[in-house]
Amino acid sequence: MKQFWKSMLRSPSGVIGLIILVLAISVAVFGPMLFPNSPWRMVQRPFLPPFTLSTVPLGTDALGRDVFAGMIFGARVSLLVGLVSTLVALVVGVPIGAMAGYFGGKTDDALMRFTEFFQTIPSFALAIVLVAILQPSIYSIVASIAVVSWPPVARLVRGEVLSLRTREYVQAAVVTGQSNTWIILREILPNALSPVIVLASLMVATAILLESSLAFLGLGDPNLISWGYMVGAGRTVIRQAWWITVFPGVAILISVLGLNLIGEGLNDALNPRLSREGR
Amino acid sequence: MGGVINAVIQPEPPGLMLAQIQNGPTQMVSGNIFEGLLRYSPKLEPLPELAESWSASEDAKTYTFKLRKGVTWHDGKPFTSADVLFSIEMLKQTHARARNNLAQVDKVEAPDDYTVVFTLKQPFGPFLGIFEVGSMPMVPKHLYEGTDWKTNAYNNAPIGTGPFMFKEWQKGSFIRLVKNPNYYEKGKPYIDEIYWQIIPDAAARSVAYETGKVDVLPGGSVENFDVPRLSKLKDTCVTGAGWEFFSPLAWLWLNNRQGPLADKRVRQAIMYAIDRDFAKDVIWNGLGKVATGPSASTIKYYTSDVPKYPYDPAKAKALLKEAGYKGEKIRLLPLAYGETWQRWGEAVKQNLQDVGMNIETIATDVAGGNQKIGDWDYDIAFTYLYQYGDPALGVGRNYVSSAIAKGQVFNNVEGYSNPEIDKLFADGAVATPDSKRKEIYEKAQKILVEDVPVAWMLELQFPTIMRCKVKNLITTGIGVNDGFKDAWLDK
Repeated sequence: MKQFWKSMLRSPSGVIGLIILVLAISVAVFGPMLFPNSPWRMVQRPFLPPFTLSTVPLGTDALGRDVFAGMIFGARVSLLVGLVSTLVALVVGVPIGAMAGYFGGKTDDALMRFTEFFQTIPSFALAIVLVAILQPSIYSIVASIAVVSWPPVARLVRGEVLSLRTREYVQAAVVTGQSNTWIILREILPNALSPVIVLASLMVATAILLESSLAFLGLGDPNLISWGYMVGAGRTVIRQAWWITVFPGVAILISVLGLNLIGEGLNDALNPRLSREGR
Repeated sequence: MGGVINAVIQPEPPGLMLAQIQNGPTQMVSGNIFEGLLRYSPKLEPLPELAESWSASEDAKTYTFKLRKGVTWHDGKPFTSADVLFSIEMLKQTHARARNNLAQVDKVEAPDDYTVVFTLKQPFGPFLGIFEVGSMPMVPKHLYEGTDWKTNAYNNAPIGTGPFMFKEWQKGSFIRLVKNPNYYEKGKPYIDEIYWQIIPDAAARSVAYETGKVDVLPGGSVENFDVPRLSKLKDTCVTGAGWEFFSPLAWLWLNNRQGPLADKRVRQAIMYAIDRDFAKDVIWNGLGKVATGPSASTIKYYTSDVPKYPYDPAKAKALLKEAGYKGEKIRLLPLAYGETWQRWGEAVKQNLQDVGMNIETIATDVAGGNQKIGDWDYDIAFTYLYQYGDPALGVGRNYVSSAIAKGQVFNNVEGYSNPEIDKLFADGAVATPDSKRKEIYEKAQKILVEDVPVAWMLELQFPTIMRCKVKNLITTGIGVNDGFKDAWLDK
């Protein structure tokens, strides 16, 4: 573990990514305490440009709502959706991939055809359809993002398991008569984890983008403010008021960039060959 | 004189046969092709169109219309009273509102080619208000009699008596109308051609105007926040006129049947809680007018002498407390008609939350929203409806208990039921003379505003934006839907 942090902190992209993520998370956790007012409240005259009033530093939107407050509350929704939907996708994808890779044969065929069924449908289109059918709400959004993002996890885990199950220590475990579950959980998965962790960090970024795109199209939870919603609502007035779209857009950009950098850092840190050679 | 006008039509109409399709865009394009017996001034007085003159009998039960002579259909056949009789028969089957409007008509006769006589079952005050082209378009008997009306080939290339003739329709691109050279008003129309441009994206419609591709943006074809910007462009004229006949009024359906909203005090609290001036100034960019009650101020027998509901959150809170409201969840359905309505939903939600109501917004599309409202599966829902100039035609339908019918969207979906109101609207429709009707409808307005069956928001205004060189586009209370027969281009 110590070794991991050491190599993680040695990679500059990992450090920058970590800083961004920690900042974003602290904004999401503590921000709303500093801004007890609802971000939906009309506080000032509409279309107030940024940096004119210290109470609304980033200006106001078409209804006179504080853009800064929206950014802070939006961080909470974006990060929450990103993390939770990735977790759900992992919970679905990892077991399916592990079983397919470990048991092989007909199980593998069945599970992989099922996975491919989801992979052949363009993921964003499927997410739109699911949210539209289920009615937009935070739950349906998390569920639909999870549904479209688990197949790559399953494929990745299957590949790792396929290569690991022929290793000698796994075969030794089989010979000693340990149960399949035990072998998968204790012998194989821990060793297949590093690529999954890298993938997960990128999935959080993708999930944030997906949620933003859904909200941009008006399929966000109507009761929660999110960055994508702010961009979508501000898009039509972009010629009169650039700041309504630009600030949340930049927020999306930075947080997705941060997560990608973390992914890169993790990759460096978790891949022993790369980290020891110092590239 | 002469020239071409490019106008936006939004959305693309499903068809142009006005007697069978009454969507907004159909009315707007086909108002040039078809005509009614009458048109209406901005004050809603009847003006001659296909009928040259009209008179009512002493007992107000017989109306005689003298038709204009020398009128021909676009294919050259003469227009006569036989066409009027046929049109009425057809409309009774194809046009729900016309059927309703004609319910008091006992019989229609044509003593000669240019006279039509309507005999009513009883005097019907708003009778002279039902002859506008969208409500009662005249269709050619010789092309439709004995055919299947729904599949008649002329539905795709309609033949009317109007100032412009249908020429071509490139789906998804434009509808082209050309001047009727044999129009009965000599010299008119002044314009040679009209192109109705079909542009699906709101921002692209604004750009099309700015770049000069179109000259006329009829009401509602661009987003409200673009209106001030476009209005300031060079050589641009804006008018809010031409909607007097329709008088669109926006309100919130309040489900009177169940939950906290069954209590009158909660409904009154909603009126006090919502900042309607904010909605007008910010969301509608100052367009329109705060509504005082069930009638828009532009229609007959309107009175402002009703209980008032200014923006007063403190009073709203007190009323909620008095009614014993304890934070029960209330569902709000915004109207899925685009940005403006979405923002309005958010503002109203915030207003209601500020006085302590627990509001949950339900996101739907237009069809889903209509279904929920029709099934009475809502607590608060946005809507706007046309009023057609007379309380008997456009107001009563939303408040009388006989108009409670599950599955339909534009009747009394709030479930308000008050025998006194039922009687007032029943009496008002058939009372004579006018002063009696006025008295009845003023009383009805007072009772309704006190009871708050729905929460009236704004009298909407849909400004028409056009180049200043387009003159006389809007001359009547029917506005752009009345056709371009008086319009001309300043060179």
